[in-house]
Amino acid sequence: MKKISKVIQVILLSMIAYGSPASVNIYEFEDPVKKERFYQLIDELRCTVCQNQTIAESNAGLAKDLRNRVYTMIQEGKTDKEIKTFMVERFTDFVLYKPPVNNSTLLLWAGPAILMLAAFIFLLLNIRKRLSTPTNEIDEQQHKRVQALLEQENNHD
Amino acid sequence: MKLRALIPLIIFLALVILLAFGLTNDPKKIPSPLINKAAPDFSLPTVLNPEQIVSRSDMLGKVTLFNVWASWCAACRDEHPLLVEFAKQNNTAIYGLNYKDQRGDAIRWLQAFGNPYVSSAYDVSGNVGIDWGVYGVPETFLVDKKGIIRYKQIGPVTRQIIRDEILPLIHKLENEQ
Repeated sequence: MKKISKVIQVILLSMIAYGSPASVNIYEFEDPVKKERFYQLIDELRCTVCQNQTIAESNAGLAKDLRNRVYTMIQEGKTDKEIKTFMVERFTDFVLYKPPVNNSTLLLWAGPAILMLAAFIFLLLNIRKRLSTPTNEIDEQQHKRVQALLEQENNHD
Repeated sequence: MKLRALIPLIIFLALVILLAFGLTNDPKKIPSPLINKAAPDFSLPTVLNPEQIVSRSDMLGKVTLFNVWASWCAACRDEHPLLVEFAKQNNTAIYGLNYKDQRGDAIRWLQAFGNPYVSSAYDVSGNVGIDWGVYGVPETFLVDKKGIIRYKQIGPVTRQIIRDEILPLIHKLENEQ
């Protein structure tokens, strides 16, 4: 039992190590607002060499340089928008984890809604079709036959 | 009724087109937003001489290649002989950006494999690299007479790229006034 709990402990600890940001450099801020902005920004910018990681998570040299650049830009008093524009001008919208809505990303943003709408229309049409088709009605003669068959069955029991 | 039977086929074809598109596009290649924009300003000491400064203004007035390289970059070594050959055969100046390298290593590299560069800027911090949107070395930019970036190659240039893309564009740009 003790062994198992140890194993679980190790597994849990390794998960913590995995989830922590790779930023080894300690960035010092006098202004806590700037600090918060810094950590938020580096969490929104994609590392272009190690795609699918933010520059906060990545250990790549470029990610480190970009973190440093964001840091200096914040210290210089640049706004979040200015910093993002700077990155987009160099690395395209690709660098943003939340791409802006424009012509090339319209399908990306509207896609799920369009699919949802299409599915809804399909569903609606199907339901309406089902409601409008008459149920299988039987005439009197058939009805009598059914009853006769049922009675026959009951007599057998 | 016949149309209904075609629906799976249509969905299948749509999927094939979508996947074909995804397979033929390399997500690592980000088109440079700097194309047709002014080359970012820089002013750095050269690799060979810390006292000498090379800057963007040196590149103005002629069509130039701007090649980002480093001694630690394996693909740069594959590309390097082509650049040396290019420099011998063409009048187009190649400026280098030595990216996040050690000066000693860079100098030894140029001595060992040849120096095709008019001069190489020594960007040890990688700051000029960021300004130019460099994210993978080697990268090669083609800059026109007015200092506007007209073409960018991410990754090593090949003989084919030089022949089919870079040289024709250089001829075109040289004829611009």
